[in-house]
Amino acid sequence: MLRIQNLYFKYPKSEFKLQTEDLLFKKGETHALIGPSGSGKTTLLNLIAGISTPLKGSIKYKDIEISKLSEAQRRAFRISRIGFVFQDFKLINYLNVFENIMLPYRINARLKIHPKVRARINTLSEYAGIDKYLSKYPKNLSQGERQRVAICRALITQPELILADEPTGNLDPKNKKKILDLLFKYCKEEGTTLITVTHDHELLPDFDEVIDFSKLLSEDEIEVRTNKTNREP
Amino acid sequence: MKNSLYLAFQYIWYHKIRTLILVASITIIVFIPNGLEKLITESEVRMMDRAASTPLIVGEKGSSTDLVINSLYFQNEKLEPVSMAEVDELNSLGFGYCIPILTGFNARSYPIVGTTLDYLKFRNMSLLEGKKMASIGDCILGNNVAEELNLKAGDHIISSPESFFDFAGVYPLKMKITGILNPTNTPDDHAIFTDIKNTWIIMGIGHGHQDLADETDPTLVMDNKDGVVTATAKVFMYNEITEKNKDSFHFHGQQKDFPVSSMLFVPKDEKSLTILRGRFESGEIESQAVVPQEVVRNLLNSIFRIKQIFDGVFIAVGFATLLIFILIMTLTIRLRKDEIKTLEIIGSSRFKVAGILSMEVAIMFITSLAFAFILYLVSGYYVNTFIEKFII
Repeated sequence: MLRIQNLYFKYPKSEFKLQTEDLLFKKGETHALIGPSGSGKTTLLNLIAGISTPLKGSIKYKDIEISKLSEAQRRAFRISRIGFVFQDFKLINYLNVFENIMLPYRINARLKIHPKVRARINTLSEYAGIDKYLSKYPKNLSQGERQRVAICRALITQPELILADEPTGNLDPKNKKKILDLLFKYCKEEGTTLITVTHDHELLPDFDEVIDFSKLLSEDEIEVRTNKTNREP
Repeated sequence: MKNSLYLAFQYIWYHKIRTLILVASITIIVFIPNGLEKLITESEVRMMDRAASTPLIVGEKGSSTDLVINSLYFQNEKLEPVSMAEVDELNSLGFGYCIPILTGFNARSYPIVGTTLDYLKFRNMSLLEGKKMASIGDCILGNNVAEELNLKAGDHIISSPESFFDFAGVYPLKMKITGILNPTNTPDDHAIFTDIKNTWIIMGIGHGHQDLADETDPTLVMDNKDGVVTATAKVFMYNEITEKNKDSFHFHGQQKDFPVSSMLFVPKDEKSLTILRGRFESGEIESQAVVPQEVVRNLLNSIFRIKQIFDGVFIAVGFATLLIFILIMTLTIRLRKDEIKTLEIIGSSRFKVAGILSMEVAIMFITSLAFAFILYLVSGYYVNTFIEKFII
């Protein structure tokens, strides 16, 4: 379904480079990307989403060569097929929970707001256990509740692919499990592919596949990158 | 568009206080110069109207501005008086007629204008109720005075003493209100008109008291020589002119020497006015004659110069406000960098994000302009009251 071949990416004016072998992400499967900070996990998510474009190689989703799309096409690809979940939730503080979930429909003219969308927000919020908080603002929610809202926002467009960048990074152990269970359950039911960056090794057994980025790099590269930076490039 | 507007509105609503402060600042900056412009324009029209309707004012030499302000607006600037003899002299020249005005006294904070019935005729003033003053002790009220003091024809009003500590000075005089004038939207609405003789009585030049010839109390008389009786302070002074005591009122001295604040001169024609002005300018007549329009125009020119300074200040303040606004927006965008990036990642174009931010700015500016416009309309409604209360 999503195939990455001979990928090569380098940030301008930076020593960082990402080079991968062939990677295949199948429909309905859950994948964990692990590895030291700076190893390129988030960069890979950005490349898949079309936020960055590779210098060499190919990222192909079904028959679509993502790297060859124009910026507008990549944006359309993102909005119609990808759902994003971030470590720090990235909710909009001036919108209530309902409007945060509705946000993709508000910011892209391709998505039309119709009664079914509203009904879906209600269904999703019930599914995620946040239906009581629809009129509340993010500041009034707990960390776990905020991440559930972020997940609902990612799922509202019925994406075929969910890209989650450390979705459990800011959560306590109990909430980590709950959030991942919610994502796994949805992906199994809807046949959605999940690609998650994570540092929580205790959660890895739940994934269908674990891709270890440290194995993509040489020992020297790992040492250099982990010493140089504490954050993802 | 609709969604951008919705999101912009949500942002503004969430940050109500911040928005309100910005909107208030812009509103004030937009409103003040425009409101001031309206106020000055209206004041100019009102002042020029009043000045244009008065051909010439004659008074003692001194500040021409004080002379005009006193004669047209009855403000309490104390003028050096001219004498009634000058009124008679001007009348005798045959160029027109004089209307004497004596001001400087108040009743319940409203100026008492001592004049003749010619003044009412000259200003085309008509009565809303009652009748014109017919004898000494009578007065008629400007429309606002009657309204604000809730007085009607038949009521009385008492002149205020000049100083509470001046026991030997001006006595309060209780005047009978014989009529109320129709509104004129001029300073006449805020004045009390009475015969000039009443004003002289208020000044203490004339008075009425118990008849000493009939009294048997020797302590009332200080001296009695050759038929001239000098009374003591014990003698009872009347403070109201009634039918009964009217005859006891009398003036000391000759009327030609009695004071007049100024005179409105009504010329027969333009030629008479020019000749008369020539006589004043050549020094043939000692007092000064001023054309109110010229004086008011000079006064307004000074106001306009001050307004120009204000305009400069407002432009500078407006520019500073704009810079602060830009700074706030720049800082806000910087603070919202994360939010903007999120919007772009989940599928918004940069154009859309710019659209949302522009909508926020547009909503704030349109709201400010709307508030400024409402304030402008409201100030327009109250501008006449403001002018009457604070300017003329």
